[in-house]
Amino acid sequence: MKLDHLRGVPGSRTRLEAQVWEGARVGADPAHVPERAEIEVPPALEETIERYMSMYPDFHSAVLPALRAAQELHGWLSPEAMFQLAAVMRVTPAYLESIASYYDMFELEPVGKHAIYVCTNISCSLCGAHDLAAALSKETGSPLNGSSPDGLFRLRSFECLGACDIAPMASIDGHYRGPLSAQDAATIADQLREGRPSRELLPEKSYEGDYARRLSARERAAKAGDGEDAR
Amino acid sequence: MSTPTREGILFKHFDTPNRQRIDVYEQLGGYRALGKALTEMTADQVLKELEASGLRGRGGAGFSMGKKASFLRHGEIDKYLCCNADESEPGAFKDRELIHRNPHQLIEGVMIAAYAAGIRHAFIYIRGEYVEQAETLETAVGEASEKGYVGDDILSSGFSCSLVVHRGAGAYICGEETALLDSLEGKRGNPRLRPPFPANQGLYQGPTLINNVETLSNAPHIVLHGAEWFRSFGTEKSPGTKVVSVSGNVQRPGNYEVELGVPSRHIIFDLAGGPPPGRRIKCWFPGGSSSPVLTGEHLDLPYDFEHMAEAGSMLGSGSIIVVDDTVPILSVAMWVAKFYHHESCGKCVPCREGTNWTVQLLKRIDRGEATPMDVDLLMSVQDNIIGNCLCLLGDSMAMPISAMVKHFRPEFEEEIAVRRQAAERVFGGTGAAQAGGTGVAQEEGPDLVAAAGTVPVEGHPHEARVEEEQAPRPGEDEFD
Repeated sequence: MKLDHLRGVPGSRTRLEAQVWEGARVGADPAHVPERAEIEVPPALEETIERYMSMYPDFHSAVLPALRAAQELHGWLSPEAMFQLAAVMRVTPAYLESIASYYDMFELEPVGKHAIYVCTNISCSLCGAHDLAAALSKETGSPLNGSSPDGLFRLRSFECLGACDIAPMASIDGHYRGPLSAQDAATIADQLREGRPSRELLPEKSYEGDYARRLSARERAAKAGDGEDAR
Repeated sequence: MSTPTREGILFKHFDTPNRQRIDVYEQLGGYRALGKALTEMTADQVLKELEASGLRGRGGAGFSMGKKASFLRHGEIDKYLCCNADESEPGAFKDRELIHRNPHQLIEGVMIAAYAAGIRHAFIYIRGEYVEQAETLETAVGEASEKGYVGDDILSSGFSCSLVVHRGAGAYICGEETALLDSLEGKRGNPRLRPPFPANQGLYQGPTLINNVETLSNAPHIVLHGAEWFRSFGTEKSPGTKVVSVSGNVQRPGNYEVELGVPSRHIIFDLAGGPPPGRRIKCWFPGGSSSPVLTGEHLDLPYDFEHMAEAGSMLGSGSIIVVDDTVPILSVAMWVAKFYHHESCGKCVPCREGTNWTVQLLKRIDRGEATPMDVDLLMSVQDNIIGNCLCLLGDSMAMPISAMVKHFRPEFEEEIAVRRQAAERVFGGTGAAQAGGTGVAQEEGPDLVAAAGTVPVEGHPHEARVEEEQAPRPGEDEFD
């Protein structure tokens, strides 16, 4: 196999193991642009990528949106997904991977379905983000910066998510919730298990309209006596 | 003294329901400024108006927006506008709210700036984590295109400009303007060497204007009401209002629109409620986590670009993070350093290595292995970063860390002594090991510590906390 030289190199991952590559059913040389005819691409994905490519003066700009679309479809950026993108965009899979490995939101390993990012940056840390991260880890069964065994959750401690006003907070599949207590962590995990769409998760505390109401949300959280909000 | 404005310029009508819809925005006077610019004014006049208003960039550098736009070459070449909505500075969340509540204000601002600089392709680079805001923006751009405010022949004026909402994918450094351009070109977001500056050679090698969300959101109001009106807010050198994000240990965290030049105390205490009862302010970041920290004695300084710079810090993106006196300074330093270590793109050495070694040094203090010399070493690492990097990311860590050491050096030294002693108690101590654990050696232990320059303290008030903190905390070990 052409990628044998990568085995044992730190950072070369289990995904390079044979079964994944054979699943991708390609001649698998990431340094060459794959032949479009040899790769089967879901029509919807191809259409999306081509639409993205037409939006920019230089089609390379569509790499980020295309990777996002592929990740949404496949759950992670599998070698199969990379070869599909490469075939449509006429770039090498190696190029795509060099981009994907740079950005935090792209997953190069199979991961849990729901992305839970806990902000552990300074403002949230001052308000008890580490306790929230521990609570979420306990409730979802996922280790921090890993995925849960049932494949339902992935939990990450993330860079500042730009929501210090609702600290401590978490982003669940891109939907911001905060301020969260340990109790809220349990509620969120339960709702996701029941299959509630992450857009409609309770407690809906962020963006509660005007300032006064948002303040009262925070005060409520503090009164619940969870300690971290009461600081 | 100017008065703070809750309603202000940018936040006006913010509580109106469905503010993000185009019909509501139009009812409140939206897109009138774009109409005025396109039909009643030439591009040069708009540019002059923006320059005369004295509007300064709200992304951190504080450079005059009108001047920046006037640097772009005139004539029929491909020029680009990038709105920087990659708001990732820890402590900053103003752009999120501005986009979420009033996307059309931004779109109108983008179109006005594009018209002024003769640009036909505009992009809004929004960070990937802002999923809801990106969706809001995409919907808004769709609405605006339908109504003919974006696209070809806008309002039958002959001016055309496309607008694409481009989502990032989670990299702090892409908020740096040249890294943002690389990322938008579909590359890894590495900062570029300057010059050439983006105004000469930016996106796709064309002249490019890059502005922050808040800066562009101001443009419609300046065009509509005039530069003179805008100058009636704020100070002579920093006109207009500023959205200040206050977070951390305050009772009412949130975005507050104030006129620049109000006392910092007013923002932190009167608006944000100050620290919880019984706590005092230990230090505060006036401009996000990359600004050098200030202490309680700086609270009466007017909050504007000049006074913050005079006090040795910066206004930056206008994000105040308040740290109260219950938080050990070592934790604050660790949170800051770890973030920049993670986000360093690795292109240039001082930043890549400096952020790493800073984290290593702080961990050494945390483990009780550091000596007082390590504080000097920590400072020397910071000195070697500042001014030696391609972009400001390295400096963004080095400046606050040096300021923390400068203001809280005794606390760092105390932490080193206390943690060292705690570690020695746990692991038997060097003295006990050398003398075979006799009673004499037990007493020698502290002496050896004293000889190494630390101050052994029995029954130190921090003792309980040290032991408590030795329990592993989530997120603390992610870089091990």
